[in-house]
Amino acid sequence: MYKVRRWAVRHSHFFETFYNVFEKALVKLHPLLLKIGYARLDKPVAKLEQLCKGLLFDCKMCGQCALSDTGMSCSMNCPKNLRNGPCGGVRQNGNCEVKPLMRCVWMDAWQGSQTMAASDRIFAVQLPVNHALQGSSAWLRKVRDVVQQQHEPTPK
Amino acid sequence: MIFHDEPIPGEMLPVLAGHSSAGRLERVLRAGHFAVTSELSPPDSADPQEVYVRARVFDGFVDGMNATDGSGANCHMSSVGMCALLTRIGYAPIMQISCRDKNRIAIQGDVLGGAAMGVSNMLCLTGDGVQAGDHPEAKPVFDLDCMSLLETIRNMRDKGEFLSGRSISSPPKVFLGAASNPFAPPYDFRPHRLAKKIAAGAQFIQSNYCFDVPRFKEFMARSRDLGLLEKVFILPGVGPMASAKTANWIRNNVPGIHIPDSVISRIGGAKDQKREGQNLCVELIQELSEIEGVSGIHVMAYRQEEAVADIIKRSGVLQGRTPWYPGRDLKLAGE
Repeated sequence: MYKVRRWAVRHSHFFETFYNVFEKALVKLHPLLLKIGYARLDKPVAKLEQLCKGLLFDCKMCGQCALSDTGMSCSMNCPKNLRNGPCGGVRQNGNCEVKPLMRCVWMDAWQGSQTMAASDRIFAVQLPVNHALQGSSAWLRKVRDVVQQQHEPTPK
Repeated sequence: MIFHDEPIPGEMLPVLAGHSSAGRLERVLRAGHFAVTSELSPPDSADPQEVYVRARVFDGFVDGMNATDGSGANCHMSSVGMCALLTRIGYAPIMQISCRDKNRIAIQGDVLGGAAMGVSNMLCLTGDGVQAGDHPEAKPVFDLDCMSLLETIRNMRDKGEFLSGRSISSPPKVFLGAASNPFAPPYDFRPHRLAKKIAAGAQFIQSNYCFDVPRFKEFMARSRDLGLLEKVFILPGVGPMASAKTANWIRNNVPGIHIPDSVISRIGGAKDQKREGQNLCVELIQELSEIEGVSGIHVMAYRQEEAVADIIKRSGVLQGRTPWYPGRDLKLAGE
């Protein structure tokens, strides 16, 4: 819902804190998740994720969530699916070129990012969307990535 | 300027040390000259002569021509097709690539094909939405965005790899460009977005129509503060408006173009509006060329292409230099 997702952007700092705690908790659960099996968990967790993030952020289930990098404004709501910032077509009133009644997703993203602790994450260049991950759980993927990074610390 | 290693038209110049491409545009910019590029609007036709006629009006005044890729989401001859015709006789097109109509498989194929034909400059764009053009019922692709497109082509060139990781035996040697629009909100994010484009591989920047010089100066100052000006060649966009009515229409209907009221009233108040639009364009070029970090100018004179030579001449920015065109050296030798 448009109104809810704009509310979420205004409370990006709260969601950032929540996500940090939530991620740590999920990472702690890794041994259990591994036992049940990530593949088996993917469908139900994705369903739950769709429910929560769909309500809050109008999540499109791209499966590679970048909300923390985009000020809690889901960039997949941009009609051009831009993952790296606003296009040049943003109207003078800050609305979308394609949908004139919608606030530009990246106007919101910029605003949301500025109230977050990690306000510089919006400056990182995002990889192209992997369309093969559409519909899968981004939460479980994140946990596996974090666990993997803990086991293989990046070389100095 | 005649290079000592001039090739036969259609063949490539050698790639100089520290250069990414064999192109004239990169040479001119890196040599510190003020570069001029222009927009070449593609014909709605399959006749190659129409492309050549449109290109010839710029002879001797531009260092590169942008072969647009369905600009404004309208259907015309393809950018790749135009580049094939232009490179055949030695012109230096800037191949525009829009993410709107092609996915990553098609785009990477076009990059190799374009480079093989001798395209040395590629401009990575997201593209206008399909709603803006003559086929609003079309499926928008937007598989990549301009940023990931830049990164993709840079990796093809520097790492010799497709996005998939598969290797390319002879990488495309191209000079990479991107667009920037300092005139659309959020204004304070725009310099950061420029930084992202440079990080993703942009080596030159062309901007949308620049009528609001104070806003552009502000953008350039912020970019300088971020240390971007040494990393990229910036060519702001300019163009003559045929009348106040046209300017008003463009402002209201073309995405991302900001024209201040003062510009419209100045053109509207003139006796010869077309001439006044051109006068304003000359003044803007002169004013912009003085700004720190501006390396050239990009002229978009839609339906006034024949006026570009005069505008450039009056602005004096070429400082006596004659950019290459087919037959230039024979002509210069004859003079």
